[in-house]
Amino acid sequence: MPETKKFLYVNRKAPYGTIYALEALEVVLIGAAFEQDVSLAFLDDGVYQITKGQDTKGIGMKNFSPTYKALGDYDVNKIYVEQESLDARGLTLDDLLPLTWEDEDDDWAEKDSIKVISAAEMAKIMEQSDVVFSF
Amino acid sequence: MALEVGGKNIETDEEGYLENRDEWDIDIAKAIAVAENLEMSDSHWEVVNFLREYYEEYQIAPAVRVLTKAIGKKLGKDKGNSKYLYELFPYGPAKQACKIAGLPKPTGCV
Amino acid sequence: MSQLHTVNKSPLERNTLESAIIHAIKGNALLMIEDGVYGAMQGTHKSAMVSDAMDNISFYVMGPDLKARGIDEARIIEGIKIVDYSGFVALVAEHDVTQSWL
Repeated sequence: MPETKKFLYVNRKAPYGTIYALEALEVVLIGAAFEQDVSLAFLDDGVYQITKGQDTKGIGMKNFSPTYKALGDYDVNKIYVEQESLDARGLTLDDLLPLTWEDEDDDWAEKDSIKVISAAEMAKIMEQSDVVFSF
Repeated sequence: MALEVGGKNIETDEEGYLENRDEWDIDIAKAIAVAENLEMSDSHWEVVNFLREYYEEYQIAPAVRVLTKAIGKKLGKDKGNSKYLYELFPYGPAKQACKIAGLPKPTGCV
Repeated sequence: MSQLHTVNKSPLERNTLESAIIHAIKGNALLMIEDGVYGAMQGTHKSAMVSDAMDNISFYVMGPDLKARGIDEARIIEGIKIVDYSGFVALVAEHDVTQSWL
């Protein structure tokens, strides 16, 4: 078994104006097949990616926000959201999609994936990662 | 590429996945299954329907590992294993069943 | 783990440089490339932010990108080191992880 590395995907862009958010999500899902230690970070405009109530029918683009809810199935369950970025945008945890995962070792108990942390804590998480992909 | 179903031409990509997911119906599914040399049983439909529901909820066709785990949870451990799923879909449950379900090729299918 | 941050956007158009500075840990390096090199100039609304961060972060800027944009070296904030392509490679090699801020 190859050594497991800590991968961090940093999301800093709003979802529909550019392709970054969707590309990042696809990379995460494809990368999940390699069974590494994966974490996701949402900061700056990236927090807009996981807000509730997105409806893209009027703009002719695919609404990919439901796909974030599948991350738990892909064993991606460490999702860090930066408090300062939420504050700057007038958002709270309640505005975000309830992203959860099911713990197979705990009788499939549903657990929260999202952890809201400070910018200082986010800096530490970046520092402790072996590979950082920034989008 | 195209598939002829009931006198209509249904566009598919070069691997046989539907170009337009909204065109899917049960007859198209059956036609794709024939093209895949599969005789559809209730067990096959159970997996195909599961995939369609999964896509509806998450807007994604799950990777085979994810599919196996999710099926195990919903339909029981005897079905949530690759032996069972590969017996139904010899060329890969995610690939073949997704195709029949009219979904895109699974993300994370490497 | 020692980290190198690269920034390729103008700090006056995006907050990329600011975010990279906020999330850099003491001892990290930050290299400005492409449009990011505007962040190395004196007298912008973002210059103070860079100067203030110098206690914690070592700043570098890509010389060829400065030249391409007609930015004279005399206008670079004091303390920022100018590197060429081999300097860029050396920085990447010296650090465990490179984070390319977009």
